[in-house]
Amino acid sequence: MAAGEPAPDVELKASPTQTVRISGLHGRPVVLAFYPADFSPVCTDQLSLYQTAAPAFAKYDAQVLGISTDGVWCHQAFAQQRGLKFPLLADAWPHGAAAQAYGVLDTDDGLAARALFVLDHQGVVAWSYLSPSGVNPGADGILAALDAMTAKAVP
Amino acid sequence: MRTSLDIQQGQLQMPISRRDHTIGSPDAPVILVEFGDYQCPYCGAAHPVVTALLDERASALFFAFRHFPLTNVHENAQFAAESAEAAGAQGHYWEMHNWLFEHQRQLQPSAVMAAAAAIGLDIDRFAQDLAAHAFLPKVQEDFMTGLRSGVNGTPTFFINGARYEGPATLEALTEAVDEFR
Repeated sequence: MAAGEPAPDVELKASPTQTVRISGLHGRPVVLAFYPADFSPVCTDQLSLYQTAAPAFAKYDAQVLGISTDGVWCHQAFAQQRGLKFPLLADAWPHGAAAQAYGVLDTDDGLAARALFVLDHQGVVAWSYLSPSGVNPGADGILAALDAMTAKAVP
Repeated sequence: MRTSLDIQQGQLQMPISRRDHTIGSPDAPVILVEFGDYQCPYCGAAHPVVTALLDERASALFFAFRHFPLTNVHENAQFAAESAEAAGAQGHYWEMHNWLFEHQRQLQPSAVMAAAAAIGLDIDRFAQDLAAHAFLPKVQEDFMTGLRSGVNGTPTFFINGARYEGPATLEALTEAVDEFR
């Protein structure tokens, strides 16, 4: 999934009763953070970082979405434990279909890779990044991409 | 088709300046910046490592510590960071910094106040600065700089401007530092 291409429109469960459709978020920047699994063993994981960084993302009115192949109940427990307020989407069934649509499903283990997509207001991929295995990419690339998009959007 | 945005990641933004608390000479060949959280156990574990590294490579290093409080998981981290800055305003930054890392399970205001008194701070001024959140903007600036630099957890180190990806052990950090000596 390269920059300049429309992001695949997927609809995923955000909770046992709610779904989120990517195209339903047009009109604001969207940050998709694919990650392998809930409950990674360190206290300062990527998703916690994005929660702590929420005020920075809010300045761009950006909607952050975490996506893994875990199910909604697992996501719920994970979000509760880490204090995550942004939606975690369950790419559970068909297993990994969204990750596959974005080209970031690791078919060896059936988990999403650690990949970031920043979508513009029209749902076009403005920036994407596939993180090396085991490396938390941080938030600097996302913020720089949001900056670049904002600069472009100025008439 | 638009070309991809050319975005560099893992590069320290805002070089060390007079705003930072530093150890060593600005002319040292290796500039080490740590982003940390006083309540983070991994930072607590890294603290003696950094202390030993600064001791063993004293002439090679110019070191700065910046705050990266993970406020959603560590309830006292922000307060602790502001306490270090408030002590710094009275010329005792590193004493408070060390005390905080050595007492990670006692970061409640009452214990920090007692520590401030033991360090010899003007307690009224210290309490006033904390109540007014006088140093909150600086802590937040540290945090934002960290986000912009690609801090991806705590502790995160930058060696001569580039994010260090290795483990926070004395052996590994010494080796990384020695590459620039």
